[in-house]
Amino acid sequence: MSAIGDEVSSLRFGQPLRGFACRCRPYVFLLALLGLWQWASTFVLDDSERLLLPTPTAVVEAGWELMISGDLFRHTWDSLRREMVAFCWATVAIPVGIAMAWWRPVEEQLGTVLELLRPIPPLAWIPLSMLWLGIGDTQNQFIIFLGMVFPILVNTVSSVKQIDPVLIRAARSLGASELKVLLRIVVNAALPQIVTGIRIGLGVGWMALVAAELVGATSGLGFLINDARTVLRTDYIIVGMAAIGVIGLLLDALIRVAMARMMPWYQGAK
Amino acid sequence: MSHVVVSQVTKSYPGRGGRSQPVPALNDVSFEIRHNEFCSILGHSGCGKTTLLNMIGGFERPTRGTIMIDGEQITNPHWSRTVIFQDYALFPWMTVAENISFGLEMKKIPRDERRDRVRRHIELVGLGGTEGRFPHELSGGMKQRVSIARALAVDPKVLLMDEPFAALDAQNRGSMQREMVRIWERERKTVVLVTHSIEEAVVLSDRILVMTRHPGRVKADLEIGLARPRREEDPQVIALRNELRDLIHESELQA
Repeated sequence: MSAIGDEVSSLRFGQPLRGFACRCRPYVFLLALLGLWQWASTFVLDDSERLLLPTPTAVVEAGWELMISGDLFRHTWDSLRREMVAFCWATVAIPVGIAMAWWRPVEEQLGTVLELLRPIPPLAWIPLSMLWLGIGDTQNQFIIFLGMVFPILVNTVSSVKQIDPVLIRAARSLGASELKVLLRIVVNAALPQIVTGIRIGLGVGWMALVAAELVGATSGLGFLINDARTVLRTDYIIVGMAAIGVIGLLLDALIRVAMARMMPWYQGAK
Repeated sequence: MSHVVVSQVTKSYPGRGGRSQPVPALNDVSFEIRHNEFCSILGHSGCGKTTLLNMIGGFERPTRGTIMIDGEQITNPHWSRTVIFQDYALFPWMTVAENISFGLEMKKIPRDERRDRVRRHIELVGLGGTEGRFPHELSGGMKQRVSIARALAVDPKVLLMDEPFAALDAQNRGSMQREMVRIWERERKTVVLVTHSIEEAVVLSDRILVMTRHPGRVKADLEIGLARPRREEDPQVIALRNELRDLIHESELQA
């Protein structure tokens, strides 16, 4: 009787505990690193060196300060807004990509130009774009746009080319016109890989954004960390870097969740 | 009057590489299919039977010769000739009901009638209760039933089947063939079935065209008068199977 009782209680209390321990396992090394960092900057470094590498607790404190003052939120919002505006422009790559994959002459003409432009890193456009557009939102958005547009375009073109021709034939034999084939079949069949392109594009855009803000902005997370450098606030720099990383991660997670919602048929379809 | 008339059709493809000698796929093929006849085109791979089906479907055009349906020459795909493909070709982002409804939407059939016809065809192929499922949630046999329902729902004049049961395992294949007989007896259509399986042709057909390869040509044209359903062990069925096997074997030796 008591043995059963023990088993029940171990089930009741042991299970969640074990589950919690399992979930913690991937973070063990991370926590050890943070501990090492804390120890090193407290006990190994002298005062002037600690200015260059503040302790994790000091960074958390600085993060709290920036949150209370609203600076962190303001800069994050500015960066995100630029990313979103640029993304809206970059979605033009979807219809252009479909047209390139569908009509050979379009690919012949556009392909040549785009293949020439594609290897130029978005960051190489910064000097010229600063002269054209000045410092501020428009220039930043232009750089982000360049970072996003090519991954989306390339993925759209290849996704349309990979559509099983039998699906197109099936649609045609069921009476679909050319326009219906494009709108009802091609767009849907290509959608999963287009979304992959969007995920990559948002990531590249986010990286380009920070670089663009480093040199050509008066707000945003890139500006925040570069501005902190001039006053030697390394704690702010690290807070800014962490924010950039976390938001990049969240953007990607958001797209993945949206994809699972919008395309329930895709889970396990291929 | 014949329904499908194939007359002196030759099809060759441009040769690849430096030597641009065209590769012949079909050579001077002629036959006629009657209304509501279940006609199988039987042959090994490479005999041009799928090419022939693609031309009747309007996906490809003959190099020479003509294919007519009800006296009209085929130039393009059209809902009057729907196709059932070997790998189903269901639209993975559409549910079962949406797949079946697609052709009806293309025909601009009003919503109420559409819903009615979808329901009727889901019942016809025995898939009641799966309306809201996606293709990846279905077994191969069920997918092929959806594909049959989708092809029949638009009420085509001719149903084209391209090795429709080849991707199924042996057990499912047998039951789908029996299902096909049942469905066809309820919804009489002119059917052109392309297959390499003697068994399948024997179970299903009113008529069997045996093809040879290099280049593709019709070698024999057999009327099958046997009553359905046909039993494997029926002596007449066995005799027919042997006859077909010999015909195919001969053509192998010649090739």
